[in-house]
Amino acid sequence: MAEEVVLLDFWPSPFGMRSRIALAEKGIKYEYKEEDLRNKSALLLQMNPVHKKIPVLIHNGKPVCESLIQVQYIDEVWHDKAPLLPSDPYQKATARFWADYVDKKIYDLGSRVWKTKGEEQATAKKEFIESLKLIEKEIGDKPYFGGESLGYVDVAFIPFYSWFYAYEKCGNFSIEAECPKLIAWAKRCMQKESVAKSLPDQQKVYDFILQMKKHFGIE
Amino acid sequence: MAVVTLFGSWFSPYAYRVIWALKLKGIPYEYILEDLPNKSPLLLQYNPIHKKVPVLVHDGKPICESSVILQYIDEIWPQNPLLPADPYDRAVALFWIKFADDKGYLMLKFYQTDGEEQQEAVKEWLEMLEVMEEHALIGGKKFFGGDEINMVDLAFSFVAHWLGIVEDVVGLEIFEPHKFPRVNSWIQNFKSIPIIKENLPDADKMSAFLKPGREKILASKSN
Repeated sequence: MAEEVVLLDFWPSPFGMRSRIALAEKGIKYEYKEEDLRNKSALLLQMNPVHKKIPVLIHNGKPVCESLIQVQYIDEVWHDKAPLLPSDPYQKATARFWADYVDKKIYDLGSRVWKTKGEEQATAKKEFIESLKLIEKEIGDKPYFGGESLGYVDVAFIPFYSWFYAYEKCGNFSIEAECPKLIAWAKRCMQKESVAKSLPDQQKVYDFILQMKKHFGIE
Repeated sequence: MAVVTLFGSWFSPYAYRVIWALKLKGIPYEYILEDLPNKSPLLLQYNPIHKKVPVLVHDGKPICESSVILQYIDEIWPQNPLLPADPYDRAVALFWIKFADDKGYLMLKFYQTDGEEQQEAVKEWLEMLEVMEEHALIGGKKFFGGDEINMVDLAFSFVAHWLGIVEDVVGLEIFEPHKFPRVNSWIQNFKSIPIIKENLPDADKMSAFLKPGREKILASKSN
């Protein structure tokens, strides 16, 4: 049966990037549909009526919502190539824990870094760096979180690298100075075609953030 | 023989999810009741990052976060499966588990606030119930898992038991059964399952425990 895969997405979304990477790792052909979030398509509202958010993966007409669930789904359906989750249940649990940590901490703390200023921003920066350092420890001596090859946590986390320049400019700090091992890991990931083609240019993301700041009236 | 230990607290809905999962699969375990204001060194050692319950320790290895724990349990002990086998159905189940997980904050928000902030919590609570009624429980299913409960039912357990207790503590009725007939049916069905019924924190005990805290919060707000 011909597989029909569609991804409803928005170019700067780190969550959308996760699914892009997973699909590319597996070599799956799909149709990418860019959504205008101020004017959501009827398809998006139909496929994700509960949250009305991107990304939405549509496989043979059936929607899968939530980026980490999409990555796991892609890994299970196209299981014969580039496995992302480990097969050992304990290692799988560890991978899920850290992907959950990225969701709970990185996105929110990073958002606070670019959305706030003064003391609030200083606190956000401190907590953000602490979180990055915690994750950085998990890499250990391995090339990737997943070990010798890109895994679930790598896919969950690397999209945020495309936002690092924006965080650094807004917060006036250097992530590389604080977490050199993390940046080395990120650059290693970026050498993979699946990652390089799925992440937007960091300058472009920064320009987008500046526009958002203007829109929200944040100086 | 593998040793299973569970760190929980007497009223955490997240800890109870794991208790139910282990009992549904017939897995013997040692239960360590944590006094949350005085967490044990062992808990802090096993969950240094979040310092929370529940934590499952299997063969000396800790697993944290209830949804991660439940998926682990389901993979290690496949009897009485808690997730569908089909990848698509499983993705849908995981969607609803995440939805429920993301709404857990409502218990605390409703309990800790009053005035406008509390009204916001009430609005969000009603929106959650509407989504459950209109999207999650369609098709005349007895449970989210179909004819038997599964991980999705366990994830929504706070709606079946804990939210009612918070309503009692705060003195406001939010859930009106006639407005949410499917959710109401599900609550009755869920709470009649023996393993659930026999393993729930006592509602009166919880109310009595939470009421002084609520009074303190309101007093400090009026000062």
